[in-house]
Amino acid sequence: MRVGLFVPCYVDAFEPEVGIATLELLERLGCTVEYPFDQTCCGQPMANTGCHAEAAATEALFVENFSGFDYVVAPSGSCVHHVRTHLTAIPQTDEVKKVRANTFELVEFLHDVLKVEELPWAEFPHKVAYHGNCNALRGIGHARPSEIVKPFFSKPLDLLRLVKGVEIVDIARPDECCGFGGTFSVFEPAVSAKMGYDKVADQNRAGAAYVVSADSSCMMHQKGCAERLGLPLRYIHIAQVLNGATA
Amino acid sequence: MSADNLDPNIRDGVIHPEVRPPDDESERDQDGRRLRHAEGASKPVRAPAVREPQPRGAKIRGNRPVDQAEAAERFLAAPLHQAAHDERLWDLRKKRDVAAHGIPEWEELRDLASEIKTHTLSHLDRYLEQFEAAAKANGVHVHWAADGAEHNRIVLDILRRHEAKTLVKSKSMLTEECGFRHFMGAEGIEIIETDLGERIQQLDNEEPSHVVAPAVHKTRLDVAAVFAKTLGTDPDNDDAHYLAERQRETTRPYILNADAGMTGCNFAIAETGSVVTCTNEGNADLSGNVPPLQIHSIGIEKIIPKVEHLGVFIRLLSRSALGSPITQYTSHFRGPRKGTEMHYVLVDNGRSARLGMEEFWTSLKCIRCGACMNTCPVYRRSGGLSYGATYAGPIGLIIDPTFNKRKYSTLPFSSTMNGSCTNVCPVKINIHEQIFAWRKVLVEEHQIPVLKQGMMKAAGAMLSRPAAYRAAIGAADSALKVLPRFAVYNSLNTWGRKREMPDAPRQSFHAWYKENRMKGGKA
Amino acid sequence: MSARDSILASIRANRPAGDYPLPDVPLFPPLVGDDLVAEFGERLKRMGGLVCEAGADDPLAGVRERLAGAKVLASAAPEVTGNRNLAAVARAQDVDDVDVAVVRAVFGIAETGSVLFTQDELVVNSVAYLAQHLVVLLDPADILPNVQAAYRRPEFGRAAYAVLHTGPSATADIEGVLIHGAQGVRSLTVVLLPRAKA
Repeated sequence: MRVGLFVPCYVDAFEPEVGIATLELLERLGCTVEYPFDQTCCGQPMANTGCHAEAAATEALFVENFSGFDYVVAPSGSCVHHVRTHLTAIPQTDEVKKVRANTFELVEFLHDVLKVEELPWAEFPHKVAYHGNCNALRGIGHARPSEIVKPFFSKPLDLLRLVKGVEIVDIARPDECCGFGGTFSVFEPAVSAKMGYDKVADQNRAGAAYVVSADSSCMMHQKGCAERLGLPLRYIHIAQVLNGATA
Repeated sequence: MSADNLDPNIRDGVIHPEVRPPDDESERDQDGRRLRHAEGASKPVRAPAVREPQPRGAKIRGNRPVDQAEAAERFLAAPLHQAAHDERLWDLRKKRDVAAHGIPEWEELRDLASEIKTHTLSHLDRYLEQFEAAAKANGVHVHWAADGAEHNRIVLDILRRHEAKTLVKSKSMLTEECGFRHFMGAEGIEIIETDLGERIQQLDNEEPSHVVAPAVHKTRLDVAAVFAKTLGTDPDNDDAHYLAERQRETTRPYILNADAGMTGCNFAIAETGSVVTCTNEGNADLSGNVPPLQIHSIGIEKIIPKVEHLGVFIRLLSRSALGSPITQYTSHFRGPRKGTEMHYVLVDNGRSARLGMEEFWTSLKCIRCGACMNTCPVYRRSGGLSYGATYAGPIGLIIDPTFNKRKYSTLPFSSTMNGSCTNVCPVKINIHEQIFAWRKVLVEEHQIPVLKQGMMKAAGAMLSRPAAYRAAIGAADSALKVLPRFAVYNSLNTWGRKREMPDAPRQSFHAWYKENRMKGGKA
Repeated sequence: MSARDSILASIRANRPAGDYPLPDVPLFPPLVGDDLVAEFGERLKRMGGLVCEAGADDPLAGVRERLAGAKVLASAAPEVTGNRNLAAVARAQDVDDVDVAVVRAVFGIAETGSVLFTQDELVVNSVAYLAQHLVVLLDPADILPNVQAAYRRPEFGRAAYAVLHTGPSATADIEGVLIHGAQGVRSLTVVLLPRAKA
């Protein structure tokens, strides 16, 4: 199985450990992973701002980098949601359609494609609040959102259950957006920050030592908020936890 | 055994513990159990009794784009108001969840409601004609208004013919669209709102901030101040029962002496020609049953084909809005009382044009339950008045630009597009996807700031050229050098003002990969 | 062109492309259990209504205590005699002094605890809102399981005015504090009393 690794721009820039953990985890699970060297971004920041023409060249570059793989895997629900749902600024050739259909977020790739049932190396003996990124939760179906009247399921929690020592704590508003929202975080900073403050205060009140998420972007925002409020929360990507990080 | 749970254990967690008062003034049932029906909070939520000026809404400057972010920031600067507002609306969302999860066929009902609406909207001419014919056969006078101004003129005409000088009305978002109260005021007609929340807003000369709970952004202290000034209540008495009772006493004479009564319309039934209203106070029934002249203002999208379809919509409406199985009053007006006149005014006001907007016509399915507002994390932290438009919150973001693209061009950006609104919508409007689609339309029509589009153009140019992108990172091997393009795009540093900056890692993933996974550092 | 014609023309010109058939609405299984009387009563109480059994001799025995201070009683039901003749009321406003109104419900709905009236039961529609308190007579045999069943009844297509009441007038527009008697009646009591056999 040939897997193309997509490391989103902000992971590349700010959270290289997440990229490394994703790469190592996929290799441990038997995938042949390649990292196309000319990759940059999926085009989401421009498209979410309505600037589709400005996103087109970036989207074309993404497809160019990732055609030819059986799967494209990225440690970000947000970027995968863009690729799958909104990568439409360029003509929808067969090649484009194939790349879009083959692009998976790490959690769903482990859960649905590799069907991982054990992670013997993983141990994370901490109280954890899980943060579901909205695009992962409602956009690509990581879990049953609280609004929907269907039986509960959660792919990330299924995977975290395979990790020894993890204790999940419940927060008051588990599905509430943390306020990152991509460019929203800079265009509407007051509301964005307040949403973030409320989110991290909720995590802290629930007794979490760590917040785990499948998206570094939300966590970058939450971490900034928690530090500003002086809360002792730590933030770690689910790829690192599943790959055996212990703290 | 009942399928739904009458004693739900609503998760107690609040994120603003300061709004949880020790005592509780809500009504009890005959067995002494605390009641939480209608828009009652499931647990008491009260802003601390400290005077804090009520934040006002967006500053309207003619046709210039509304600065929602600015108004939201002022709302956030009133933390007592903001905390109570957030907890109160989140409580409605939780009540909605409990009610919805009690109905096994909930998702099927949403599908049905959506399908009935899309069917009706795609055959709207036929159903309107059927509705009109049935109403006329029932003895109702039917009028058509192309826009808000025509609606107001038609109603004024009716009132003049009856020499009517006063009109009591129940809540109607349509009449807000039409600027009805302001128009009538200038014509010397006295309009009295009879919904408590709407009456508070009228007396404070402010627009409603929420389609179901018009004064939800006000604390009891604000209401006490408004009533003291306008109704002569004791300014130091902010007891909710006292305030509500004084409003009842002062409104009753207007209801008894009104020359005309008006209601909005929740559903208009084509087969019977009836208008259905859903209220908790019974004020639509007072407006419709007491004065000798009754007028119902109807948005043309309110039509549904048959009575049996109410079985779907009534089950969804109040559960979605308030978590209550039904409103206290569900009223079906079909024909005039003996010796009185009954009028319908069917209003277009942009709706037929919206029907032709391929990506946005399904917003006409909206039944005005307010669930999208209650769940919206941005709305709960901004207040409904920050949108500076008739419709606030998620549904407003996709409807308001159809009225005025320039003035409301900023609104679709006041969202994180988290999608919760779409999931709670009882008629399954894909709200967050329409927000996304509106952004594209507004950019294409040059309705976003030049600076913003310039930033995106620069970002797109860099991100589509690996060499340029790598040069930005690689030169200093530090992510922070790239930040200006991603977050701190202007000198104001809107990220760093409220949040700490991310740490700069020793090297990017790209550099790590090159160093550790590539022989000789070459691709 | 009249506003009517221009609106209809605009609707026709802007008709959304695609086929949107009208779905059949299935009859979903009732949410409530088999004991419709108990379910109705429980749900009405949750909506702020009061429920009591009819007294053997005096149908209103269960509510007499609360009616003690009532001076004007208007009854639209033959089982109860009042001191205000609704049939003789000339104007809707004239029932403003009624303390208690008594009305027979057409039917009840167990799912919600609602009762239905039309203009025929109310005699004067406004009395159900202007009175301070409302007493409703309901035959336990007239309780329907759910809202869907209610909307298959013919009253909605026949009555000039048909209304479902579910408890009393209520508001929580001030800080979410639930208050009864916002504009309409302050209390609604359902007395379970079979209809007199014709």
